[in-house]
Amino acid sequence: MTLKKKQLIECQSLWKIFGQKAKTAMQAVKERNLTKEQVHNEFDCIVGVQNATFSVDEGEIFCIMGLSGSGKSTLIRHINRLIEPTSGEIFIDGENINNLNQTELREIRSSKIGMVFQNMALLPHKNVRENVAFALELRGIDKKSRDKVANETLETVELSGWGDRYPDELSGGMQQRVGLARAIAANPQILLMDEPFSALDPLIRRQLQDQFIELSQIMHKTTIFITHDLDEAIRIGQRIAIMKDGMLVQIGEPEDIVTDPVDDYVAKFVSGISNLHLVTAGKIMQSIAEYEASAGPVKEESLLKAKLDDDLDCLIDLSIKTDEPILIESESKIVGIVSKKTLLAGIQGHWNT
Amino acid sequence: MADEVKFSILDPFSAIDIGIADWADGIKEWATNNREAIQPVKNYLNDVIIWMNDVLQALPPLITIACIAIISLQFAGKKVTGIVVICLVAIGFLDPRAWDLTMTTLSIVVTSVLISAIIGLPLGILAGKSDRFEQLIRPILDTMQTIPAFVYLVPVVMLVGIGNVSGVLVTIVFALPPLVRLTSLGIRQVNPSIVEAAKAFGASPSQILCKVELPLSAPSIMAGLNQTIMLALSMVVIASMIAVKGLGNEVLRAMGRLDAGKAIVGGAGIVLLAIVLDRITESFGLSKREKGVRHWWESGPIGLFYNQYKKLN
Repeated sequence: MTLKKKQLIECQSLWKIFGQKAKTAMQAVKERNLTKEQVHNEFDCIVGVQNATFSVDEGEIFCIMGLSGSGKSTLIRHINRLIEPTSGEIFIDGENINNLNQTELREIRSSKIGMVFQNMALLPHKNVRENVAFALELRGIDKKSRDKVANETLETVELSGWGDRYPDELSGGMQQRVGLARAIAANPQILLMDEPFSALDPLIRRQLQDQFIELSQIMHKTTIFITHDLDEAIRIGQRIAIMKDGMLVQIGEPEDIVTDPVDDYVAKFVSGISNLHLVTAGKIMQSIAEYEASAGPVKEESLLKAKLDDDLDCLIDLSIKTDEPILIESESKIVGIVSKKTLLAGIQGHWNT
Repeated sequence: MADEVKFSILDPFSAIDIGIADWADGIKEWATNNREAIQPVKNYLNDVIIWMNDVLQALPPLITIACIAIISLQFAGKKVTGIVVICLVAIGFLDPRAWDLTMTTLSIVVTSVLISAIIGLPLGILAGKSDRFEQLIRPILDTMQTIPAFVYLVPVVMLVGIGNVSGVLVTIVFALPPLVRLTSLGIRQVNPSIVEAAKAFGASPSQILCKVELPLSAPSIMAGLNQTIMLALSMVVIASMIAVKGLGNEVLRAMGRLDAGKAIVGGAGIVLLAIVLDRITESFGLSKREKGVRHWWESGPIGLFYNQYKKLN
């Protein structure tokens, strides 16, 4: 369909076990296939991440969603090796980062990967401009040029003029914008965002989400975005991974996750999500033959038409205008039909597959 | 009474003597035998103390007061400077000789505190970074703080001889621990998520220390330095027993002659000097933000010059 994109981040069967006997526990898990509880009972070790395999394309925004304690913050810290994996490999741009020495690792952290933290973690003794320029300062870039970059970056997050202030003089939302500016100042390829908006109140959160979506459309940075809020994941992510007990239980596009949850756990998550903008006509429609079998022949000319990838919200708008069913077409051929009954069932999340 | 104490299982201690006191007495002998080795260091230290004392003595009192007032104005503000100047003038009026004695004491205290800082900061940082080192050093610090000074007075005198240098050494033993403890505490109290953020942006261990941990633990370290200065001052009387001159010596001599007046003069001098040093160094512990300015060089006397310089450019 589309061009195969380059995979920038690749994570292969990653395991993280915390505890003194992590190594032996790991071996036991590989040999005997133990569960999380068994590992805890037998080795007194905590399994943080279980066999996580995923890849992120260049420019993609990949959301990892899970409740607190599901291991998502642990997982994201493996990408820049703030946490060392017990087993498994991570490739960034084809390079296995577990093989890097400390100097190379620092180089990659300061130039290739930017990170935003839930609790901002700004340096309280440095002003906003110095905070934004921190990665550049660490790389030994002179003050003049890093101030210039910092000022430009502050402009992109709409905080120009705040450079001389100190972090504690700013509101939470502004502080997190500084955090974001700090992460993108060195122009990294990869952004790691660890629940960046979770600590903010809903209104500011929404505002920052919009700003971030806008920014990422310009910047095209490969982003791994951690959240515990499925709404946020659906708004921001191009693909979503659902994490439970350290395991990635489902990876897919937002629509797949909502319409096709793999298990009860994911289903429970998505049950509260409005599917009006996620489910398309193609998902709920019946074939013409099936419809005619129960409701008699269809008069195609008199009916309203919708496209295959129109969402439910759009179908509702059409349905209000008529009492008849709606035809679904794809490339000006009729491919199916949606009756009132199927539409209402679809809104409730039921359809035949 | 029989010469031989009968061994009793209920009281084994009175019958057994493993000879620690005799063994420890050997330290004295060892110290006397090794006097020569320590001489170069001793002479150098002595020169430093004498030089500092000479400078402080040579300056007219009013100039010294002005210098201290400027330092205090820079770091501690007007109110504290008022107190500092009043205390210094009061020292001068205590007794015609009090000013000279105070300057001698000050030179001993400053030397001890400088050396304590040079030793204590690295130790504190190490203890803050390594649990094992902290465990190792804690009993040593406990010993240094609680062991009566008279216990180590003798070996130090045997090794170094009487005079200023032994005084400084004895003072360091007593004054060093709070600096080490509070530096370690300060490093440990730095918010780990800020350290993690610094790591995530590629900071090396030395960058983390210099750009994150030390600035953020500065208030704690400064509180430690303040305590070190206070303890150093409280040692001057004991140090005077090994021929350290200054206010402490005045108190000691007054005690010998039951001369209450002289004792009060010496004692009041020590207290006033303590107030001066405490108030000035206490202000180092406040972060610059608490003082309502951006950087310390942007306010006070230096700020005057700095702002003029900025205007010219």
